Amino acid sequence: MFGAKGTGDTSGYGGLIRTAASTGSSERPYGSYFDEVADDLERAYPMFSEAIERVVVDRGELTLHVKREKLVEVSKILRDSLKFEMCMGVSGVHYPTDAGRELHAVYPLLSLTNNRRIRLEVSVPDLDPHIPSVVEVWAGNNWHEREVFDMFGIIFDGHPGLTRILMPDDWQGHPQRKDYALGGIPVEYKGATTPPPNERRSYK
Amino acid sequence: MSVFDPYAPSRDTTEGTVYSVTGGDWDSLVQEIGSTKEERVVVNMGPQHPSPHGVLRLVLELEGETVTEARAGIGYLHTGIEKNMEYRSWTQGTTFVTRMDYLSPLFNETAYCLAVEKLLGITQDVPERASVIRVMMMELNRISSHMVALGTGALELGAISPMFFAFREREIVLDIFEMISGLRMNMAYVRPGGVQQDLPEGAIPKIREAVKLMRKNFKDNTTLLVGNSIWMKRTQGIGYLDLAGCTTLGITGPVLRSTGLPWDLRKMQPYCGYEDYNFDVITADTCDVYGRFLIRMNELEQSLRIIEQALDKLEKLEGAPVMVADKKIAWPAQLAMGGDGLGNSLNHIREIMGTSMESLIHHFKLVTEGFHVPAGQVYAAIESPRGELGAQVVSDGGTKPYRMHFREPSFNNLQATPAMSEGGMVADIIGAVASIDPVMGGVDR
Repeated sequence: MFGAKGTGDTSGYGGLIRTAASTGSSERPYGSYFDEVADDLERAYPMFSEAIERVVVDRGELTLHVKREKLVEVSKILRDSLKFEMCMGVSGVHYPTDAGRELHAVYPLLSLTNNRRIRLEVSVPDLDPHIPSVVEVWAGNNWHEREVFDMFGIIFDGHPGLTRILMPDDWQGHPQRKDYALGGIPVEYKGATTPPPNERRSYK
Repeated sequence: MSVFDPYAPSRDTTEGTVYSVTGGDWDSLVQEIGSTKEERVVVNMGPQHPSPHGVLRLVLELEGETVTEARAGIGYLHTGIEKNMEYRSWTQGTTFVTRMDYLSPLFNETAYCLAVEKLLGITQDVPERASVIRVMMMELNRISSHMVALGTGALELGAISPMFFAFREREIVLDIFEMISGLRMNMAYVRPGGVQQDLPEGAIPKIREAVKLMRKNFKDNTTLLVGNSIWMKRTQGIGYLDLAGCTTLGITGPVLRSTGLPWDLRKMQPYCGYEDYNFDVITADTCDVYGRFLIRMNELEQSLRIIEQALDKLEKLEGAPVMVADKKIAWPAQLAMGGDGLGNSLNHIREIMGTSMESLIHHFKLVTEGFHVPAGQVYAAIESPRGELGAQVVSDGGTKPYRMHFREPSFNNLQATPAMSEGGMVADIIGAVASIDPVMGGVDR
């Protein structure tokens, strides 16, 4: 009864490996206010074509894929010239199969002046997980960058105090990476140790 | 004691070691401070302390009673919800998100479901009745959440009676939630594609009555606090944060509106049909705790207005569906609450167990495996009682989220603690943090 092998697992502990598809670049016209945003940015930032790797419009949302070296420059232009006064944080995504660009950082931006939203995306290789910090541009990204560092191990260069924020300071590993299994930590309580979920009999 | 013991003295008994915890090292601490010229003290407030909300830890550097530096430490309630959701189907996700910010579960669910619906491309297909129910539930939830914010905020500043009144009102709302979803908190009521079940018989008149009662009851807290000179002395000019501070720190919600900017996503970027409701965005221009308190107080009345309009709409939409028509997404069983309090649908069980093998297979696949969501990533934001609650969802085309991230307003807004409290008195930190209204379940997720 117990000990089903293979992929018959619906509990989620079986380590089913899936790959995420990445969409290609979108063609103009982008629709909505996205053309205007792209034009304005091109005008305000002459090195647009060098800094922006891809422009993706999907499900009514605009994503600018920015090279990490240019992230702070582009952010400042977006904040000052295009009036994206607020950055709603940053979230990491781990694509282990996307060779050379395993770790992505996604920054949703909000413009109070123009009531617009866009998104910046930066991708870095797993072996060199460094992204310049945008805390000097949007101070509110401080904790968000610490969270992404905590969960994904992306190092934000120039961050005023990049330490773990949610996990204990001495924690090993970065829990939200795809190669970090759910469970995996035995639970100790009153002397008895409960094995992690993925090692319990019914899930093996 | 002859030998210096840095810890509490202990003695052995038959039950084991018994420690006598006394005043600790307070006397020696005071002596030590007196002997040095520096008056700087670092105080660790929390994570177990009755004044800040929940398990929030504040590290304060004090000079006398003045706070020179304040840092917030979080993470004591981290539950790994985002990681867990990657291992559960899209529908099961609502059960997780509802537990993040436990004072506004319906907002968490709605933000998540709006994002999933955007990924599925079914935003337009969600039935109107479902959207109206969502709006009504969210506004009820806004009332119960603001009630906790007001009640605990007042309690933390030393006023006890407002909390009795606030929790009395919250109880009315929780009773409505129980009647509709079966649960008072953590309902998982909003599901991708609609809501879990329709309103029960007689719900609308009951809610109308509750609205009437709450409108009358709100006056109790208004008369207690608005214009109360002690309350105003504790809150006016405290926790100051202006518009520039809010934008650079990404602060939204009542804190942003207390700077005079009428930024409310319900008006600016409407979702769930909020553009069809008449209500005002409440602002204040004092940038302080008192302004935020007044905003929350006045938002209660606006929520009641929206609820009344939603009830009118619901009466017209009697019998309309509350779930998308697509059988590949909507769960087949429209559950009905039995007399035993358990949800079940006898007709559906009769069909899958007695007549249709295909229905059984479909039911089984949908419930165990779930539906597929096309690959891509979206960001859906709503106005929660605390500010912008954003759901950043990535799908790889599977039946489970590839990556879930919540932009929690509590998490973000808590960063304003140093800006609001440095240079002020220790006692005012409590007011400043209470005006942010952080919920640690949401902060730590």
